[in-house]
Amino acid sequence: MAQIKVEALDKSFGSFHAVKSASFTVEDGQFLCLLGPSGCGKTTTLRMIAGLELPTAGTIRLDGEDVTMNRASARDIAFVFQLFALYPHMNVRRNIGFPLKCEGISAAECDRRVVEAARILRISHLLDRSVSGLAGGDRQRVALGRAIVRKPKCFLMDEPLGALDTEMREAMIHELRALHDRLGATTVYVTHDQLEAMAMADRIAVMNNGVVEQVASPRDIYDRPASLFVADFIGSPPMNFLPFRGGLQTGAAAIRLGERDVAIPAAREAMAESELVLGVRPEHVRFTDRGMVRGEVYGTEYLGTTQIVTVTTSYGALKARSPSSKSFRTGETVGLDFRPDTLSIFDKASGRAIRTALHEGAAHG
Amino acid sequence: MAEVEIVSVSKAFGKTQALSDLSLTIGNGEFVALLGPTGAGKTTALRLIAGLEQPDQGSIRIDGRDVTGDAPADRDVAFVFQQYSLYPHLTVFDNMAFALRAPTRRVPEADIRAKVQEIARLLHIETKLDNKATQLSGGQMQRVAIGRALVRSPSIYLMDEPLSSLDAKLRGELRLELKRIQIELGATILYVTHDQTEAMTMASRIGVIEGGRLMQIGTPREIYENPVNAHVAARLGQPVINLLPAALFAGAPHGVETIGARTEHLTIARGSGDVSATVKRVEHLGDQSHLHLDLAGRPVVTLADPEAGFGAGEVVSLRLNKPLFFDAKGWRVAA
Repeated sequence: MAQIKVEALDKSFGSFHAVKSASFTVEDGQFLCLLGPSGCGKTTTLRMIAGLELPTAGTIRLDGEDVTMNRASARDIAFVFQLFALYPHMNVRRNIGFPLKCEGISAAECDRRVVEAARILRISHLLDRSVSGLAGGDRQRVALGRAIVRKPKCFLMDEPLGALDTEMREAMIHELRALHDRLGATTVYVTHDQLEAMAMADRIAVMNNGVVEQVASPRDIYDRPASLFVADFIGSPPMNFLPFRGGLQTGAAAIRLGERDVAIPAAREAMAESELVLGVRPEHVRFTDRGMVRGEVYGTEYLGTTQIVTVTTSYGALKARSPSSKSFRTGETVGLDFRPDTLSIFDKASGRAIRTALHEGAAHG
Repeated sequence: MAEVEIVSVSKAFGKTQALSDLSLTIGNGEFVALLGPTGAGKTTALRLIAGLEQPDQGSIRIDGRDVTGDAPADRDVAFVFQQYSLYPHLTVFDNMAFALRAPTRRVPEADIRAKVQEIARLLHIETKLDNKATQLSGGQMQRVAIGRALVRSPSIYLMDEPLSSLDAKLRGELRLELKRIQIELGATILYVTHDQTEAMTMASRIGVIEGGRLMQIGTPREIYENPVNAHVAARLGQPVINLLPAALFAGAPHGVETIGARTEHLTIARGSGDVSATVKRVEHLGDQSHLHLDLAGRPVVTLADPEAGFGAGEVVSLRLNKPLFFDAKGWRVAA
């Protein structure tokens, strides 16, 4: 098993700057998700760790050893692709054993390890079946089997669940995490799906336009986003943003929003008068007649237990999550209030989150 | 736009019965979603309407006209596939204009330009019109694929999981956009998905399909609040409905084997009670947090109330509040 250290990694394809000075460390046994929208550079970063692309600048260390220029085959890692390619003419046993056969490992040893991998993945009963008749989830397990049979130092996975339907994906999320807990192998997992990242990762690195914007635990990424982008990308619906102009003094526990004071977690840095943004998660918006922001109900989206209520205000459309039992009329005037201890403040120009008491419970990231 | 009817359609592929006696009417201007797992027959239903497959039995009607024997080109339907297939050598504009430029249509070039620009604006790709299709991200390509269908005004749009390859944020945005565009254009849409959120937020009616059979059709609220059986109940709702043996609780009506309890059917309080459970963990999933309980060795999952602040190991009491009842075969029993 291994620690992966990525330092100031850069990659350009012609004039396109795909990855910009990405740095992060995946500790031995950790499960890190690279999360971001399509085109953010997450797959390119993964491919550089794998040795399938060479970086333009920067270094990649595997257990301290500089492997930046090593060939993929010399890195002792296993790559699981989005579209699992299985050999259709081979049965499950031969598909899983194939990488070992290529390495020239004896048939007896090969068989022992295939049986063990199948046991871990709970597909022992399928070993002699043809892969062509397998269901999506089982095919994915066979592809994983081919990765774990080599006992590599780490696993790199590129949206391995992307092709599965929702239910199968949810089941596989729990299976993959349980598998990780059993094997304890260092894993880097690329996804655009925040649910996968939140449910599986020990740490998440959020990427945008080639830049790693934040590396932190799922909880911190959600509760204490480091930038407007992260706050906007994670959470569905995303965080509400209320732009305002103002300054902050260290220790300030309220901001001036229109005519009202809004309590916030105490500021831990000062900001000169500038364009700022107040960030509120939809579940932290409360309906109250004495609310500090007033608006008109634009519409509701029914989700079963809860509903998303969109309210048109002078700060734009705000979304609130509310129990479905509460009824709203389109056009109705409502007052909104925010849970003070959960609010984020951002500097609009840089997108950076301003340090407040909110960040004090955060694990170091 | 038009009314589309599927009348008692059955279709088998070899020994696999893909659809069994499916009947469904999509009203003019209606947005109907077919929700079901992989292999349920959803895509087959779309392909039958499009004319890409022929039914073994039954018929397809568009605006009262039987089109069962018509070729796909004569049916006036627009299909959006799950995997975008754009012409790589053409620009975004030319990709979107392609169908309008078919020789049989004779649309004036000025009209084509206006229409493509209007739809591109709705889909937020108006600045990409001069790009080659290959210079786009996956999400942009999928929007072009949707745009290529939307520039036409067919009797019905058939959409096969058009958002499934996009990231969550884009999916959320396009969900709202697609619904708004549908209302604006008055479009008739049959939309196939396995994503309950897409079905619930966009569709005026949802058809739950399983094993080639339509199990229930109704508004999202009807399906969620009044499922005909435990299977349908488990299709909608996050977290998934808890299906628990009736014996664990007192007072279930006669003949009830299983109690279906969603978050809103459970009142959870600190300390033990008639029915007690142990908190296993609180799982933070971003848009919601799930409270995992252990009830006599069975898992119970509900939405965690952020204000409650339960911790692992804590003992809580459970009370039911008008739950759903099911018999031994999983069918609903009246309360």
